Amino acid sequence: MKQSFRIKVNDQVHLVHTDPETPLLYVLRNDLAYKAPKYGCGLGQCGACMILFNDTATPSCQLQVQAVGNASVTTLEKLSESADILHKVQQSFIEEQAAQCGYCTNGMIITAVALLIKDPNPSENSIRTAMNMVLCRCGVYMRVLKAIQKAAQMK
Amino acid sequence: MQQNRRTSRRSFIHTGGWLSIGFSLVPVWVKADISRNPDKKTEQPINAWLQVQEDGKVLVLTGKMELGQGILTAIMQVAAEELNCSIDLVHIQMADTDLTPNEGYTAGSQSIESSAMSVRNAAANAREILIEMAATEFQLPETLINLKNGNLTGPGKSISIQNLLKGQQLTQDLRIPKSYLSKSKRTLVGHPVPRKDLAEIVQGKPHFVHDLQLKDMLHARIIRPAGYTSRLESIDENTIRKLPGLAGFIRKNDFLAVVSTDEYQAIKLAGKIQSMISWSKPVQLPAGDSLKSVLKKLSADTTIEKQSIDWNARQEHDEVLSFSASYYKPYIMHGAMGPSCSVALYKKGELTIWTHSQGVFPLRKAIAGLLNLEENKIHVKGLQGAGCYGHNGADDVAAEAATIAYNYPNKPIRLQWMRQEEHAWEPYSTPMLMDLKASLDKNGKITRWHYELWSDVHGTRPGGNANNLLPFHYLYPEKSKPMTGFKGGAIRNAEPYYNFDQQKIVSHIFTGPLRRSSLRGLGAYGNIFAIESFMEELAEKAGQHPISFRIAHSTDPRSIACLKKIQELTNYIKISQGEGIGFGFSRYKNTAAWCAVAALVKTDPTNNINIEKMWAVVDAGETINPDGLKNQIEGGMLQSISWALMEKVGFDTNHINSLHWRTYPILRFRQAPALEVIIIDRVEESPLGAGEAAQGPATAALVNAIYASSGKRIRELPINKK
Repeated sequence: MKQSFRIKVNDQVHLVHTDPETPLLYVLRNDLAYKAPKYGCGLGQCGACMILFNDTATPSCQLQVQAVGNASVTTLEKLSESADILHKVQQSFIEEQAAQCGYCTNGMIITAVALLIKDPNPSENSIRTAMNMVLCRCGVYMRVLKAIQKAAQMK
Repeated sequence: MQQNRRTSRRSFIHTGGWLSIGFSLVPVWVKADISRNPDKKTEQPINAWLQVQEDGKVLVLTGKMELGQGILTAIMQVAAEELNCSIDLVHIQMADTDLTPNEGYTAGSQSIESSAMSVRNAAANAREILIEMAATEFQLPETLINLKNGNLTGPGKSISIQNLLKGQQLTQDLRIPKSYLSKSKRTLVGHPVPRKDLAEIVQGKPHFVHDLQLKDMLHARIIRPAGYTSRLESIDENTIRKLPGLAGFIRKNDFLAVVSTDEYQAIKLAGKIQSMISWSKPVQLPAGDSLKSVLKKLSADTTIEKQSIDWNARQEHDEVLSFSASYYKPYIMHGAMGPSCSVALYKKGELTIWTHSQGVFPLRKAIAGLLNLEENKIHVKGLQGAGCYGHNGADDVAAEAATIAYNYPNKPIRLQWMRQEEHAWEPYSTPMLMDLKASLDKNGKITRWHYELWSDVHGTRPGGNANNLLPFHYLYPEKSKPMTGFKGGAIRNAEPYYNFDQQKIVSHIFTGPLRRSSLRGLGAYGNIFAIESFMEELAEKAGQHPISFRIAHSTDPRSIACLKKIQELTNYIKISQGEGIGFGFSRYKNTAAWCAVAALVKTDPTNNINIEKMWAVVDAGETINPDGLKNQIEGGMLQSISWALMEKVGFDTNHINSLHWRTYPILRFRQAPALEVIIIDRVEESPLGAGEAAQGPATAALVNAIYASSGKRIRELPINKK
């Protein structure tokens, strides 16, 4: 049975009408057309679907829309003010060419942003631990590490 | 934008709203030459590869697919270089049966060697012809004319390429150009030009076929059998069709699919229907016994691939030592991060399919056979998917989406495989057994080398054959035949790139229990793992340094250069207790890129392995994009060690039970070693494919390093046995 929910996504309140158990991932992608969070496993194991849930990196495939409540959801699309003004993590990912197919990039950037909010100058070990949640099959881990370290040094 | 009405040969195709996916490399108006013949790849005229647009920008066309290997940027680089323009003036159109040449499959590390070089030729030809035309236009000698950033200039004269062409494309056949700017100027080629698509990716803009959202699009899911050979036993279609939320239920023999307006509802309905039906028990898989022993007992096609003339008349007295060893690799999977996805629309007798298939033309032919449609009624459009590393579920999901669309016309149908489906139904890389035996003479030279391998086929891509598409077997169970494959993959790199007096190579090709096809490197992975492990075992017996030993058996100067470089990179390392360095080397396919890998491993007293660092030296001839090349080698090394450390497809008697990342773990961030890649760039040589070059050498380097660090010789993968 569908229900109505008011959820705050990217600083805008949206009214969605859907099955309460629908994972937020599908609401974001299909109802609200935010394509950045990706379907990777639907099981919270790969990090492709990461969003910021009140500044915490959270898999959106595990979060039912009925559990969002008043939280502020941010997707990757919101991180850049415009195409010309990227978030420093996005910028550093481009400078370090820290992607191949790009499917994990959403998860990588969101998780990195959340890490830097909590720990603005993380050690390599802290980065590896925080990022361990996000899988990459193409093998860009070391580029992502370098990109995060670079972003931490940027103003 | 003015349509050019001057000639009836050309037509414009409006590619429609889907370009708002944000694939900003593709302009809205794309010209299609309706007189073209995309299949005759070697006879394509210039405009099959390169077209000039009204605004002077250049559109290059490729039949290859971007898989994350950076090929689109590399192709634009070579075009921009030859046209002496900024790369911002070049766009690219990726594989599309209506628009691009037929370049078969994006596979085998061939895109640079084939597609990029075709575009390079077309662009160089175009430059020369434009200068010829400007010479005529300006009444000046060609030597005084320059092409730069879309303008032709001479003393006191200037004209843009679009004004010079006046709407015409260059339709001349390709001839050998007088020169390549890539070889002389090299302002773009050979430089780490950043990937043009990364800006869009980091901003989270729609980019993948998974992100395609069309008007009135519906969501589908497949209801799958209990195993490969399972048949539908009982189903109450009447009750199923009454389920709420169902926009459609498709049943054709054992092919079952749900369609819904809501994606999550489609998922729930598929699960609900699965619980309402029953499938027969499939032919049982050999789950209980050791797979290795099962495979050895299978009947197989045996071929003596190579045998030295004097093999049977060998002389015993030179031999001081004989040594043999056996190696094994299990089934491993592609495990793409994005499970396969496709969108299909069947409307007014025309079928359009958006897919991340590696081969849009062979897929079209196979789907024509599957659905009994004419090929010219099927339009297959390549969009990016997640990295696939070979033949995964991409063709199957496209065929399934097409089948659903065909049975549910007029609305676009989006089919997304779930993670469990991708893991359980994709075609794997076959297990391989490798037996080696060699003799050394008193100087530590290998005099005699015997290599025997057991493998299934390595490539069962559709290749135009509907039977190799997964849904065929459930749509037409009575016509179902085993999926045919490419035997040559098994012997890839079976012949060592070393010199021995006497060699014999024997292959045994069996048909294994699980579905299999091409995974990055094909047989080269298993063959090089075995050969390069064995070489270091022999080097130790000969009392020689593993690099010196390899060099002693090489005459190819490019091999020797790679080997010397990897030794130089690692020579300075002071090995402490429990640490060791190992090496691996090959020339991919014995014709593509050379790659030497070293690994530094520490094994602690509890036998835990820590891979501290890995190095690679790669020679890919003329390097097109050094950062793209490094990225491929780094990624290849990490993927290879993931395979070696922990990967093995598990199955029970019914079907695969490696269903997600907990039951099939792969390398994570914490486990990734530091990496260093050095490129030997050879501008005067041809560019070579390198996407698969690191797979075999990296695993060999790892197992050799584990041995060097602990004395433990691993001959069976995966290394972690749990």
